[in-house]
Amino acid sequence: MTPPNGQYAYYPGCSLKASAGAYERSAMAVIERLGLHFVEVDDWNCCGATEYFSLNKLPAYSLVARNLAIAAAQPTHELVAPCSACYLNLRKTDDHMRLEPKLKEQVNRALAAGGLHYEPGTLHVRHLLDVIIDDVGYEAIAARVTRPLAGLRVAPYYGCLIVRPFGDNDPEYPTHMDQLLEVLGATVVDFPMKSHCCGGHMTQISEETAFELLRQILDNAAAYQTDVIVTVCPMCQLNLDAYQGNVNRRFGTAFNLPILYFTQMMGLAFGLQPEALGIGSEIVPAQAALNKIGQVPAEAPRHTPKRRDKDALPMPSRQRR
Amino acid sequence: MPEGPNGRTFYQRVVNATPGGKSLAQCLQCGSCGGSCPSGPDMEHTPRQLFAMIMAGMEDEVLSSNTPWHCVSCYYCTVRCPQQIPITDLMYTLKQMAIARGKYRESGHVDFSSSFIGMVERFGRSFELGLATRYHLTHNPLKMVSKGSLGLQMMLKGRLSPLPESIRNMPQLTAILTEAKRIAAQQEV
Ligand code: SF4
Ligand code: SF4
Repeated sequence: MTPPNGQYAYYPGCSLKASAGAYERSAMAVIERLGLHFVEVDDWNCCGATEYFSLNKLPAYSLVARNLAIAAAQPTHELVAPCSACYLNLRKTDDHMRLEPKLKEQVNRALAAGGLHYEPGTLHVRHLLDVIIDDVGYEAIAARVTRPLAGLRVAPYYGCLIVRPFGDNDPEYPTHMDQLLEVLGATVVDFPMKSHCCGGHMTQISEETAFELLRQILDNAAAYQTDVIVTVCPMCQLNLDAYQGNVNRRFGTAFNLPILYFTQMMGLAFGLQPEALGIGSEIVPAQAALNKIGQVPAEAPRHTPKRRDKDALPMPSRQRR
Repeated sequence: MPEGPNGRTFYQRVVNATPGGKSLAQCLQCGSCGGSCPSGPDMEHTPRQLFAMIMAGMEDEVLSSNTPWHCVSCYYCTVRCPQQIPITDLMYTLKQMAIARGKYRESGHVDFSSSFIGMVERFGRSFELGLATRYHLTHNPLKMVSKGSLGLQMMLKGRLSPLPESIRNMPQLTAILTEAKRIAAQQEV
């Protein structure tokens, strides 16, 4: 539900300030158009991704809880995270502290060492996609569309953590982003692998495991003549985009699928310029797909010196007298 | 059955260390978890087998299994388990126990997690370039060659920062983490 003061506490997470800068740029451009007001959590820290929970759980929960405690001081109880891993960690920490009184007590003892305290249940942790769809709604979004993405075939890729284990949507075959993309005018392809795992940190640790998971997802999207895979998570974007070349080399495939954020698709449909949405920073270029919807190239075409066509008739270079 | 410091069995220690873990007692051995797992082919034991082994008190075998390390935390098993057992979180518990006892065999995962956490404890934020350099240099220097060209592409696209960003109040974060580690060290895992 939209908070009464229209304000959300915003937790960007590390990726949006680095490798996923395009996600933050496009998200900010879009929420401004939609009239939402995000206030960044002051001096937030990393959520620990999946790494800290593997090593030492209590510090991991405490790391996340520092963000919750700081965010809870804002005059809103809605906390929004665009990264699915951050969303999960924030929500899981709140949930587990509520579930386990001993954990709550221990985390708060750790927080007290930094002069902080968090009461589980204070914040309502939400993913950016859910906020946009549930609080703004399809109709209000449709009203903003000035350049429908007509003719573009898109595969909505949700990945794991936005729908599992929390969330109100089907954990295996969610459809809310499908509907959003339809509202934007795109053609949504069937995509059975839409909530399968991108491999997470396995691209760093075990390429064998990761590249096979990525291959299956790309293969499934390609089978439906997809122009663009649309993601909601910086980790999914990075894995599918940056390692697509590795997948092609390993399996002898020729996937050439740009991976864009749903906020970039919204921005395009709202008539914003591709550069203002961070388009151009993807490793697999989106230009060919954007041409399909009449978006001019971001860069001016390079000046190429005029060459004589080799099949042209020979012309005298100088007139003889 | 082998018992821990407080006379608790391995099973009890696993359950106690996992939020919602008590429901493990209700495992039906139905196999839905393993059947759903995308990492199944790489695992020595399916989650179902691992849970049967926990109940049988096979502590050493469980903690040295590669299974938790191939869990990618996708939560498929968790949402499909008919008994609402928090399987993914149990995998986290097992990883932590394996580290505490020095039982893990594949060091790559642990090295990567440690490098990542090292950055977070130092700056309060993760730092991708530093992470890639530190982890791959210590663990697999040859990999730096192939990762290097991707890194360069990312840098050219403005997606890889050359310098780490730090939070302002590092003393506060350090105090919180130090206290959390102190409390954690007093507990049995
Ligand atoms: S799905 Fe649940 S009940 Fe079935 S074997 Fe796995 S843990 Fe046990
Ligand atoms: S959470 Fe882990 S164990 Fe469960 S299905 Fe996913 S990879 Fe397999």
